[in-house]
Amino acid sequence: MINPKIPNGPIENKWANYINNSKPINHANRSKYHIIIVGTGLAGASAAASLGELGFRVSSFCFQDSPRRAHSIAAQGGINAAKNYKNDGDSVWRLFYDTIKGGDFRAREANVYRLAQLSVKIIDHCVAQGVPFAREYGGLLDNRSFGGSLVSRTFYAKGQTGQQLLLGAYSALNRQISAGTVKSFPRTEMQDLIVVDGHAKGIVARNLITGELRAYTADAVVLATGGYSPAFYLSTNAIGCNVSATYRAYKKGAFFANPCYTQIHPTCIPQSGEHQSKLTLMSESLRNDGRVWVPLMHNDHRSAEQIPEQERDYYLERKYPSYGNLAPRDISSRAAKQVCDDGRGVGPGGKGVYLDFSNAIRRVGKSVISARYGNLFDMYIKITGENPYDKPMRIYPAVHYTMGGLWVDYDLMSTVPGLFVLGEANFSDHGANRLGASALMQGLADGYFVLPNTIAGYLNQIKPGLIKDNDLRITESVDTSREYIRRLMMIKGTKSPDYFHRELGKIMWNDCGMARTESSLRRALSEIPKIREAFWKDVNIPGSDMEFNQTLEKANRVADFLEFSELLCLDALKRNESCGGHFREEYQTIDGEAQRNDEEFCHVAAWEYKGLGNEPVRHQEQLKFENIHLAQRSYK
Amino acid sequence: MNLRNYTLKIWRQKDKFSPSYLDTIQVKDISPDMSLLEMLDVVNNHLITINKEPIAFESDCREGICGACSIVINGIPHGKERGTTACQLHMRHFEDGETITLEPWRAEAFIPIKDLVVDRTAFDRIQQAGGYISVNTGSAPDAHSMLIHKNAADEAFDAAACIGCGACVAACKNASAMLFVGAKISQLAHLPQGDPERKRRTNAMVMQMEKEGFGSCSNTLECEAVCPKEISTKVIAELNWEFIRSINN
Ligand SMILES: Cc1cc2nc3c(=O)[nH]c(=O)nc-3n(C[C@H](O)[C@H](O)[C@H](O)COP(=O)(O)OP(=O)(O)OC[C@H]3O[C@@H](n4cnc5c(N)ncnc54)[C@H](O)[C@@H]3O)c2cc1C
Ligand code: FES
Repeated sequence: MINPKIPNGPIENKWANYINNSKPINHANRSKYHIIIVGTGLAGASAAASLGELGFRVSSFCFQDSPRRAHSIAAQGGINAAKNYKNDGDSVWRLFYDTIKGGDFRAREANVYRLAQLSVKIIDHCVAQGVPFAREYGGLLDNRSFGGSLVSRTFYAKGQTGQQLLLGAYSALNRQISAGTVKSFPRTEMQDLIVVDGHAKGIVARNLITGELRAYTADAVVLATGGYSPAFYLSTNAIGCNVSATYRAYKKGAFFANPCYTQIHPTCIPQSGEHQSKLTLMSESLRNDGRVWVPLMHNDHRSAEQIPEQERDYYLERKYPSYGNLAPRDISSRAAKQVCDDGRGVGPGGKGVYLDFSNAIRRVGKSVISARYGNLFDMYIKITGENPYDKPMRIYPAVHYTMGGLWVDYDLMSTVPGLFVLGEANFSDHGANRLGASALMQGLADGYFVLPNTIAGYLNQIKPGLIKDNDLRITESVDTSREYIRRLMMIKGTKSPDYFHRELGKIMWNDCGMARTESSLRRALSEIPKIREAFWKDVNIPGSDMEFNQTLEKANRVADFLEFSELLCLDALKRNESCGGHFREEYQTIDGEAQRNDEEFCHVAAWEYKGLGNEPVRHQEQLKFENIHLAQRSYK
Repeated sequence: MNLRNYTLKIWRQKDKFSPSYLDTIQVKDISPDMSLLEMLDVVNNHLITINKEPIAFESDCREGICGACSIVINGIPHGKERGTTACQLHMRHFEDGETITLEPWRAEAFIPIKDLVVDRTAFDRIQQAGGYISVNTGSAPDAHSMLIHKNAADEAFDAAACIGCGACVAACKNASAMLFVGAKISQLAHLPQGDPERKRRTNAMVMQMEKEGFGSCSNTLECEAVCPKEISTKVIAELNWEFIRSINN
């Protein structure tokens, strides 16, 4: 059985009670514990730095050449915190409420409440590190609004908030590297989780420069390896983002929760051709000032400026008058799809809607708009060759974030004792839909504040340094990984890993994307194994595995996507309801909104691996709403 | 859409021990909407299908923020478009039939790994030497307990926009890293939080920079011209000023 281990007491006091009742590790003993942290994004870097500060011995891994290049660097718009600096009625409770409601009542109350409480301390800490957040003339911090909220609680650094927060965490990590508490292993990719007697005891990792495979043993392993959006091939994620670390941990016994909860972001630059390697996000913050519209008429081929005001449909403002352009992502994306399916989309193939700044530029002037979003506008110009100061942006939804991830309890520990999971890699806080500016908040809360307080609970129960690198069970794990890589190298087929990845992406987007049906999911489930089979017969990896080999890196990741996607579709098939980003066409209200089924599906689905080819087992964690009334979500 | 053809001259090098050479590759039917890296993807996918080694090059975010991509394009790091990384450079900026030369960053401190990929961990070591404010998690006061002048915050931000790509080094005849180091020094020097450690920080980072084998600045300003984030050489002046302050007591 899976037990979320939620502490007792009223929700406001759970975390404080937890800490009061916990037993920290004696300072003098901490250096006896070796902790591996895979991932140097916001979650991993903040955890490694904080555990290092506490005196633990930490090894930090990433596949990029530097920890600073983790995907978190690309986050644009901002980070939420319940500071109520704007005096607009914000509070920990309101952030908690917005997040639960935004997640369409599919997240765990206790975790989300803790997140809202910790949000406040994150901002304090980041400011102390020297993160240059935007400020007002009086010297105080500025805020902007994000979707799914009626208050302004988003802190930002132009359109580069993720970069600035990550550089803050990277600097804290560097300080520990220089202090000798953290050892850094860049360009080192985890291949497998080592489990000994049921406990996580290390990883097998490949040095990406030399190809050397070896085991790293530890007393606990932390995965902060990010999300799996590139299962859809095209997404807004960095092209290296992958599911391998979490999927391989799943194969070693960690349950995978809610893989079907994927977020399609409403405002991305539309695809321009087959060659495209990724899609580019235009931050949600743009919807503070940009208005979304399409022509009222079908197949209207006039250019935007030729369409008079009364012939435009500002459909978000029309359908959701109280939230307007700041309706949450899942709802805005579906609304965009609906108007495009209705034949009112703009741009090539009718796959786009306008995001128009002309009103805002008239109201506050071009220079203010440029100060707020300059880098985003520049990015748009570079990619499309069009100037959004003069004509509206064209945008379309794209895969952006994955709410699903490895199942964790309140301690952020997975079902494998000693394996902790942080950030986008876990499933914990966003339910079926994540609100904007909440991922950065969660990653940093997990790494700076939660794990450093919860890991002791596990470490207290074990003896440090029990397993040695030359333990037979460890060397066996390395051999298994070596054999797997050898199998990949031996295929010597005719196609690139990209070819199979693209094929997979087409199926995932068409059959398991913004709208899913039983039949589309069944089709995907029968097609994916065929691509996987073709991959294992016909992929080609030139060169050797004992050198820098990017084709091998790619093939290794694609192989996991080809297995994992099946799990994603299966989860979508078994969840016979619509909620948040998971939209099953069979389950919708008369006006086309997601129709939940709380009777049968008010639970987390946590999947247990049973071997390739066997159907995994679906476990359930019932969600209890004791503080917020389960209700149909409305943003009208 | 009019597709275009190009001749690529690409630096190939198996590893740091092997000699390098320029490989010539013809590419056909390239859409002007592709980025330069997507054009290389097309080339690589083809090379893989004919069992030839694809061109190793680095990229991740592909939107100009992670600093992974690092190619000298026709003699200029990241190419001739201002304020643009290689991953954001689209093929519409190249004439049909053009010859495009692609080389890695070249500097003593950046050791070759393969083809267009080099080792830039020297940058990390400089940051580890002192590019931080010493504050432990959990010890910070309320963010509003300290007022920071908007101009100071904005200047700190402008310097902090550095993506650590190393184009500045690649462009400099001295392979100097002073724009990169100055950016961090300037960011923290503009903020009150950075004040207590300013001398120690500057000293430690400059020492590490020299140890890694980066040269000194002789004011050619190539670094500023190629910096994809258009970081101003003002940060180098600030670095010099902070350095003098750091040794005078
Ligand atoms: C374009 C874009 C904009 C965004 N904007 C915002 C925003 O404004 N606000 C917000 O709150 N959220 C935003 N998000 C979401 C947010 O950026 C991410 O959810 C978050 O940064 C994830 O952080 P993370 O630390 O969990 O993982 P990541 O930052 O993805 O880091 C993963 C780490 O794991 C490592 N890794 C992975 N696999 C392995 C392996 N096998 N071996 C070794 N290392 C491995 C990687 O090297 C990397 O260091 C945005 C996302 C995108 C794509
Ligand atoms: S790939 Fe990230 S900056 Fe170019």
